Amino acid sequence: MACASGTCASGCSKVNAQSSTVDLPGPKSTNLTCLKCKVNTTIASGGGGGIGDSLRFCYSCFRSNLYGKFRFAVTANAMISPEDNVLVAFSGGPSSRVALQFVHELQERSLKNFEACRDRSLPVFGVGVAFIDESAIQQASSYDFDKAVEEMKLVVSNLSPPVKKFHVCPTDSIYSLDSNDGREKLNELISSITDVTGKEDLMEHLRMLSLQKIALDHKYTKIILGTCTSRIACRVLEATVKGQGYSLSADIQYVDARWETPVVLPLRDCLQQELSLLCSLDSLKTMEVFNGLRSGINGLITTFVKLLQEENPSRESTIVRTAGKLTPFHFNKLPEDDNSVSILASRRRQKKYNLQQNEAIPLNTFCSVCNSPLKETDTKTSESNGNGQISRSVLAASCASCQFQILPKEGTLLENFCSLLPPPVTERGKACDHNKLLQMREQIQDCLLSDTDDET
Amino acid sequence: MECSVKSRVKVCSICNHKRAALKRPKTLQQICRECFYDVFEEEIHRVIVDNQLFRPGERIGIGASGGKDSTVLAYVMSELNRRHNYGLDLFLLSVDEGITGYRDDSLETVKRNEVQYGIPLKVVSYKELYGWTMDEIVKVIGLKNNCTFCGVFRRQALDRGAALLKVDKLVTGHNADDIAETVLLNILRGDIARLSRCTSIITGEDGPIPRCKPFKYTYEKEIQFTYAYFKKLDYFSTECLYSPNAYRGFAREFIKDLERLRPRAILDIIKSGEDFRISTSTKMPEQGNCERCGYISSQKWCKACVLLKGLNRGLPKLGIGRSRGLNTVSENGSKDTTKSNGVQSIESKQCGSLDF
Ligand SMILES: [Zn+2]
Ligand SMILES: [Zn+2]
Ligand SMILES: [Zn+2]
Ligand SMILES: [Zn+2]
Ligand SMILES: [Zn+2]
Repeated sequence: MACASGTCASGCSKVNAQSSTVDLPGPKSTNLTCLKCKVNTTIASGGGGGIGDSLRFCYSCFRSNLYGKFRFAVTANAMISPEDNVLVAFSGGPSSRVALQFVHELQERSLKNFEACRDRSLPVFGVGVAFIDESAIQQASSYDFDKAVEEMKLVVSNLSPPVKKFHVCPTDSIYSLDSNDGREKLNELISSITDVTGKEDLMEHLRMLSLQKIALDHKYTKIILGTCTSRIACRVLEATVKGQGYSLSADIQYVDARWETPVVLPLRDCLQQELSLLCSLDSLKTMEVFNGLRSGINGLITTFVKLLQEENPSRESTIVRTAGKLTPFHFNKLPEDDNSVSILASRRRQKKYNLQQNEAIPLNTFCSVCNSPLKETDTKTSESNGNGQISRSVLAASCASCQFQILPKEGTLLENFCSLLPPPVTERGKACDHNKLLQMREQIQDCLLSDTDDET
Repeated sequence: MECSVKSRVKVCSICNHKRAALKRPKTLQQICRECFYDVFEEEIHRVIVDNQLFRPGERIGIGASGGKDSTVLAYVMSELNRRHNYGLDLFLLSVDEGITGYRDDSLETVKRNEVQYGIPLKVVSYKELYGWTMDEIVKVIGLKNNCTFCGVFRRQALDRGAALLKVDKLVTGHNADDIAETVLLNILRGDIARLSRCTSIITGEDGPIPRCKPFKYTYEKEIQFTYAYFKKLDYFSTECLYSPNAYRGFAREFIKDLERLRPRAILDIIKSGEDFRISTSTKMPEQGNCERCGYISSQKWCKACVLLKGLNRGLPKLGIGRSRGLNTVSENGSKDTTKSNGVQSIESKQCGSLDF
């Protein structure tokens, strides 16, 4: 039926029409025994839902498989070291709920190890939880906001010992504390974006800035996101469709250390479906405070990926695997801290999964709006638009996608827009990576002409 | 981008003079007919010049199926060659698969193009190259696997025809939508090697005859609807008789939806395809030559020869399906096997579509 290897009509598209698909025993298999342990009955046979994993595994194999993926991601990438104080971003949805659960279980185990170990050499990492209150810029769903936050508090307090701090932080806190018009500015900023996709993307970025601020204020050393395979698959297509092919590989790795506080994705290999199933099996309470509906281009992609996933249950994984073959950036790796004993210990476990890093660290410039790495040839933007200092520097250092879907085209509107940007964005240009600037200056020192040479 | 409700006539936003006759699909600019032809053709000219697709004195074969893309391509190539003195010798190259009724009509279209544009036409047929017409193949193998044949045979037939014409390059009518779709499909399939090459405007420079795509940035809508409609170009709708799935695939539908929401998305996908950070070590398998016919092949025998051998021996299933049936184990330990069904529905151009 399908053109197994023909190059008929569309040249390159046609060849190799076969996709790599995971050949999982489908629903047709009447086998009620778990495929892994071959002892217990499957989840579905007990009436626990009838899709995907529930048809193949018993509860305990399913759970240990899922936890195993989390644990592998954490150890292979040395995501958490004993002296870390990690911040788990919790939206109330199933993915971040599972992330929180697993991080807690990991912490519990290392606490047990710590207590069992006589010399108590390795401390137990700390865990905090953050919920970003976006009610300033997003419609809360029908779910009662205050009630949801109360429930979250309860979830977090039940996950102890060890005790975890819970931060509820409004998005407008990214504006400095002494200006009490943060919320207004934020509102005006968001509503000045006409493109719905651009609006949504900026909000997502502001969420990250909020998390970064909490981490900075409360001395967290890592931020843990519940981003799963399904979400990353969408992200891959979103970036592709928005012309961000160059920066895409920065966003989809286990580690993203371009931020002041590195961000890690331990659920990168877990499917949305699996995470939701675990939540229902373990009765992990979730509360969708903001409706997670995506709009515009992002919404279209969510629908498309859902369709593809229905057509082939391994599609999301294949998409992520493709993007995983793209070359990551130097910051997709945790900065090495040579004084730390524990890092050395965890490095042993990193084995080959570590990114090879022989060449000198390349210098990247980042989009002033979305912080994605810029391709050198794309940074030569016109300097004509906008009169003000800030708007000019924002425009000159923004990616083509942000220029199209976020920044206003017209000069005075752009000026106004830039005046509304929160300090973390406007300061990025100046202070973001001071070291890098110094480093660059050093490297180009010998090529620079002094002012006196200039006239000759 | 809502049009303001005004009763007065819209004026072309390029010449500011004539009445705007269309909203340009690529930019949504409202322009007049003449300006549309101008920008359409000049854009293609720029693509040709900027990418140095041709050199003066070269012999160029135009893959001509009689379909819209290749008909417009033949027209634009002859027009630009004359207007900008490319100094090219142009040839139309068609493949006659031997599908009674259907192909006859589309070949008639190509023959009229030959006269209209004054470009000599060469037709190579499956019958003369392989000893079999498509009709005969279908009689033996049924409708099920014929795509394998028409794909493999057509690609080779084009190369052989090009060799007979002694052309330096082949140009094909692949448009921006086709390329955007290919980028997406390669992502969906995990084919990183093809992903790294599929946006190249020139391919096969290591092969016998390089192929290039002057329509790489040209929107299908502009080719298909507006252009062919306004210029009344003579083209033939190439919906294949033997194509078992003549419907549009998911990916194409998706691209059309995207285009509706944001016309520049098609160009953005192509840009992404060009910009992906792919290490140069992801190469295609070594190409050798077929021991039987000399055509480029990574195996001992080329695909066409394997298929022919099967046909001639009365074992038509030989060579159909996967040649590299390697099972690979992915990171999470799940076994990757290949299955060929379920994939077709994501792509649009089935083999049966006879447009190049
Ligand atoms: Zn089991
Ligand atoms: Zn940006
Ligand atoms: Zn005009
Ligand atoms: Zn076919
Ligand atoms: Zn051969």
